[in-house]
Amino acid sequence: MVTLLNTIEDQAARRICADYGDAPDALLEILHGVQHLHGYLPETALRTVAHTLNITRADVHGVATFYHDFKLKKQAAQTLKICRAEACQAVGANELIAAAEKAFKVKIDEGGLTVGLEAMYCLGNCALGPAVLVDDRLYGRVDIEKLKSISAKHAKKAGGRS
Amino acid sequence: MSVKVYIPIDAAALSVGAQDVADAIAARGGNDVQIIRNGSRGMLYLEPLVEVETPQGRVAYGPVTADDVDSLFDAGFLTGADHALGHGLTEEIDYFARQERLTFARVGVIDPLDLADYEAHGGLAGLKAALNMSPDDIVQTVLDSGLRGRGGAGFPTGIKWKTALAQDNAQKYMCANADEGDSGTFADRMLMEGDPFALIEGMIIGARAIGATVGYAYIRSEYPHAIKTMRRAIHIMESAGWLGDNIKGSGTDFHLIIRVGAGAYICGEESSMLESIEGKRGQVKVKPPIPAISGLFDKPTIVNNVLTLGSVPYILANGAKAYADYGQGRSLGTQPFQLAGDVARGGLIEKAFGVSLRELIEDFGGGTYSGKSVKAIQAGGPLGGYVAPHDFDVAMGYESLAEAGSMIGHGGIVVYNETTDMAKMARYAMEFCELESCGKCTPCRIGSVRGKETLDKIIAGDNVAANIDVLEDLCDLMEEASLCAMGGLTPMPVRTAMKNFPDEFAGPNAKQAAE
Repeated sequence: MVTLLNTIEDQAARRICADYGDAPDALLEILHGVQHLHGYLPETALRTVAHTLNITRADVHGVATFYHDFKLKKQAAQTLKICRAEACQAVGANELIAAAEKAFKVKIDEGGLTVGLEAMYCLGNCALGPAVLVDDRLYGRVDIEKLKSISAKHAKKAGGRS
Repeated sequence: MSVKVYIPIDAAALSVGAQDVADAIAARGGNDVQIIRNGSRGMLYLEPLVEVETPQGRVAYGPVTADDVDSLFDAGFLTGADHALGHGLTEEIDYFARQERLTFARVGVIDPLDLADYEAHGGLAGLKAALNMSPDDIVQTVLDSGLRGRGGAGFPTGIKWKTALAQDNAQKYMCANADEGDSGTFADRMLMEGDPFALIEGMIIGARAIGATVGYAYIRSEYPHAIKTMRRAIHIMESAGWLGDNIKGSGTDFHLIIRVGAGAYICGEESSMLESIEGKRGQVKVKPPIPAISGLFDKPTIVNNVLTLGSVPYILANGAKAYADYGQGRSLGTQPFQLAGDVARGGLIEKAFGVSLRELIEDFGGGTYSGKSVKAIQAGGPLGGYVAPHDFDVAMGYESLAEAGSMIGHGGIVVYNETTDMAKMARYAMEFCELESCGKCTPCRIGSVRGKETLDKIIAGDNVAANIDVLEDLCDLMEEASLCAMGGLTPMPVRTAMKNFPDEFAGPNAKQAAE
């Protein structure tokens, strides 16, 4: 009964599951939906998803931890996704990451409050690297000055929405 | 009368300001211009590339920034007038004119979501032909064309299809592998953003050939633009009756569903991708059974790469021979090569197999972007081998490149300049394998960690000769005992770096490691 009570905590997760017909094979899509809503995967939502899809919490946990996209902890208000795959390394991605760590005072892949940095392994912009993805917007030929202005621009947009 | 101006909506073009350019041209041009958002022509070094339609053809200007727009109007670019950023007729630009565009014939030419424009440029001709052919004839045509899997493995597509067709099963699946994770590759993305109907058309043809009624396109989450375009394209095809039940009265049913990946490189491996489509961890499965016999939900399933499927409509429309006339040996047809990394003129180059690596890097690429000299290239993604300049005359084909110690893979070529530390790149190959291993088999899961540690010792100058022996031994083991290509091919970049640049593994890099 405890489980059942907990599962109704997250109405949004139930609704997202319903959008996919409560089908277990849509688990990735459902987790994307939950994460889109909260910015990460809250424990209550994962319980609700498991219950609704009639799969174990271990199954959901297994999937949520297998894929790099899914985050179990609250993320920084803004995440700058910096490509560090080979083609971007060939044009200075590692140097860009080092400069970004200094400028934003966070380590890559280690969270952050306002700005977080995440290493990506190919954004498909390999002829115009270093590449960066922020809020689903792709940028090319990014240096540290451009990265700072991209960050400021997106922060302003996010501030305007709320 | 308004002039047609083409401004790409391709993600790479947008990444360097194509939207700002479009906004500026719309603001200044008003009713004088009709802006069409096309895919990219593939000359990424010229993006944002603006094209103006003139009686002589489309005239190209690039790379254009929003600040250039006023001077373009002042110079009279709407009539194709000269300008410092002008390149004359797009199709006469050497980089473009020297290509053989079959799969990418429409990319950059049409509005990607205009079905009438698609049809006017040869789209749907292959599907219409296929709807009047028996499944056996479709399979035979694909077999005769010599088409091989463009995802990397190079397995003959026709044989795969034949196997699935032979399965007596009411439910089969047709899947597109759009999990283009290899660094240095972006052709799948460009096709999905620039000509999504071509991929869908290829999938419908494949579905009819093998008898699949449901299909999935598994697109990586790192490609938000491509996902958006594909969703809209599917909706348009459904509305037009090209997807759904009894397509155009042919008796063929096909429903296409998009699944978005979640940042796992391994999901580009087909069995792992199928697990992921089922909503599971993307772990590799032991073969046999092969997916064509027992794949998605244990039903016969075809998984083909986006470029493979994108080539199918041309083959059905023009015949197997028209396609097989390109290429050489057992590498027939064309390959969309992707030139990336430190290269002056990066982009997409569709050429018949047989073109030399040197022609791609030097004639098309024009050397490095940084102006430094070229040290090496990596072909075939993170699992492909490094090739040194003295081997650049190799012909680009599945077998010929394998003989040179590398592989075609998905057609990506990453250029590195003279400052590249090859021992660090070898270490990165192991690190990447550690990050992305699905964890199912030990050689890949543990081998990559040990490989990274051993390379750290070599870089630090610690007992170098003995550690190189350990690394060689480890590479042997990973190659022979890994379950899939992830662990099996990770040694390729490591070994080719060691073979071509032995001095860099001799230990004097100790100082750099201490930094």
